[in-house]
Amino acid sequence: MNERNHLARQGEGKLYEELSRSNLVTTKAWYRAAGILFAVTAGAAGVFFYMMATGIGVTGLSRPVMWGTMIILFVFWIGLSHSGTLISAILRITRAGWRAPVLRGAEAMTVFALMVGGLFPLMHLGRNWRFYYMIPYPNDRLLWPNFRSPLLWDMVAIGTYLTGSILFLYFGMIPDLAVARDFSTGWRKKLYTILAAGFRGTHSEWRRYHVASTLFAVLIIPVAVSVHSIVSWDFAMAMVPGWHSTIFAPYFVAGAIYSGIAGVITVMAFLRRVFRLENFLTERHFDNLGKLLLTMTLVWGYFYFAEFLTTWYSRLPEDWALISSYGGHFLPLFILMLTCNFLIPLPALCLSKVRRSVPAILAVSLVVNVGMLAERALIVVPSLARRNDPSIWLNYFPTWVEISFIVGSITLFSLLYVIFAKLFPVMAISDIKEHLFRTTDRAVGGAVVPSVAEEDEGEGK
Amino acid sequence: MKHKWAMAIDMDRCTGCGACVVACVAENNTPTAGEEEAGKGRLMQWLRVSRFWKKEGEETRAIFVPTPCMHCEKAPCEIVCPVYATYHDEDDHLNAMVYNRCIGTRYCANNCPYSVRVFNWWPAKWEKPLDEQLNPDLSVRSRGVMEKCTYCIQRIRRGKETAIKEGRKIRDGEVMPACAQTCPPGAIIFGDLLDPESEISRTVKDTRLFKLMEHLGTEPSTVYLKKQKGPGR
Repeated sequence: MNERNHLARQGEGKLYEELSRSNLVTTKAWYRAAGILFAVTAGAAGVFFYMMATGIGVTGLSRPVMWGTMIILFVFWIGLSHSGTLISAILRITRAGWRAPVLRGAEAMTVFALMVGGLFPLMHLGRNWRFYYMIPYPNDRLLWPNFRSPLLWDMVAIGTYLTGSILFLYFGMIPDLAVARDFSTGWRKKLYTILAAGFRGTHSEWRRYHVASTLFAVLIIPVAVSVHSIVSWDFAMAMVPGWHSTIFAPYFVAGAIYSGIAGVITVMAFLRRVFRLENFLTERHFDNLGKLLLTMTLVWGYFYFAEFLTTWYSRLPEDWALISSYGGHFLPLFILMLTCNFLIPLPALCLSKVRRSVPAILAVSLVVNVGMLAERALIVVPSLARRNDPSIWLNYFPTWVEISFIVGSITLFSLLYVIFAKLFPVMAISDIKEHLFRTTDRAVGGAVVPSVAEEDEGEGK
Repeated sequence: MKHKWAMAIDMDRCTGCGACVVACVAENNTPTAGEEEAGKGRLMQWLRVSRFWKKEGEETRAIFVPTPCMHCEKAPCEIVCPVYATYHDEDDHLNAMVYNRCIGTRYCANNCPYSVRVFNWWPAKWEKPLDEQLNPDLSVRSRGVMEKCTYCIQRIRRGKETAIKEGRKIRDGEVMPACAQTCPPGAIIFGDLLDPESEISRTVKDTRLFKLMEHLGTEPSTVYLKKQKGPGR
């Protein structure tokens, strides 16, 4: 008999205890983990202030390569942010039965990756302290930002997506916050009381909640797609060989979903291990996410091939100089990207053994994310290093400052996540409960199998 | 008073001596970078002499292309700046740059196909005694902003002011950027295209005329005159 199917019938308190164990006891291990993450992040922040005080000269950037690691990290993190809300929205709309335990973790990943990614365009500014010049604020000189600049579109798109994602995350959390309110004490009780916004779980509240969450899910999808298109337009709108390509928008979106799914799997594997959620995040979830990842491997491979093919076939001299550099100075990066993004994941994910083993699929997702970081680097740097004028060609390598930003961005993301998991229900309790209520164990012959009852569409619903 | 300033560089006359670069550095308070920084591509020179090698039979010849800002009519740098730090000066047809407004996104430099924009990686510095020759006519740029060739806008301004004071039009050759003034063989010709009598207006009718990366459609104001071939050259 499957134990988890009965949890739902033991009252919400039991389920909350099971799913949000982290909220109830703060262990020494948590303080240790958070402390280490905070220390590393603070170190990277210190490096940033050092750069701010000294000048952008401490990076490895140069005359042709004006954008480097910080822009690579920006594209990477915004890409990673992509899948959370998108997957969550798509799974909600398609009513995928297995979705419930994946939602919250994925949505939170989106918000934190966006926060981390959004920092980098600001960090990379030559005069970071003047970043507010990009905001259309009323001023004496009637100066407005330039709405023709893709950077401004970027700012607007990321702002919209961040706002939307936070709302989406918060909105999905309201019923769970209500559960948390009912089963907590002290300052947590106060916090959850405010955040739960008086949700009591009446029939009409639930009905509105369902309508609104469907609406939300439908609305967030175009926002998600447009954000990464706009990030790609930073590049595609520029007259730089290798950037000026119409395929960039869909290619970036596909790449973003690809790295995002890998990110979701990574996050899920950690959540499962740390919070002992083996009962809820089953091998089936990893199997399904693995299939999604496999699909995206193929989509990404196709886009990359298509982009490469047109350049190779037309052989415009400036584009060709760029592609040649993939076989020259940038060969290690190119091999890293191709191996990590295609040659390893493709055969690995075809095996159900790999998909169903959590350590194996975690390894594959980490490999994919390394590959995606390499891919972003390969988009940003070689195009600039092989500009139209061969007399100024120059290669680029990040300095310790930029490498500390890479490390710092990972720890900042983890830190935000660790704090989130401490404060909020990390699993979509109500969604899981709903799913569990529909699940019963049935005896078929000698075997006991879980069976799921589907809701009827139509009147009376 | 409207002008359309333009520059022509005669490749036949250019010897690649680099005097124009030195003149530009001296005129425009361009900070010195030092050997190590220069190796990292951090030279702050607004005008560079690009060198290309061309194989002709057994011989390999060097080709020198002095590359200042092209002051494009359809400038790719202008549209991408999020804060309008670089914009089109409609009166003089220049790509103007407002240093105080620049926040250093470096997008303009990426979008410039000629890669002639330079960035202030460090606070400006001059080794002694170079600091004593700073030009009082224009500012020293702060760290973290983009800067570029302005066709010596301070000289253009002075020329215009003098002409207004004396109640006349600017004479041809009255305004001359530092590079053109210095060029020993006189390879750099500068003037107002709206003045039909000017030397530049005559020069742009030359059949040897070509523009760098003309296919990109940036409509540069800096044009070149092709090197001639044949005996005597």
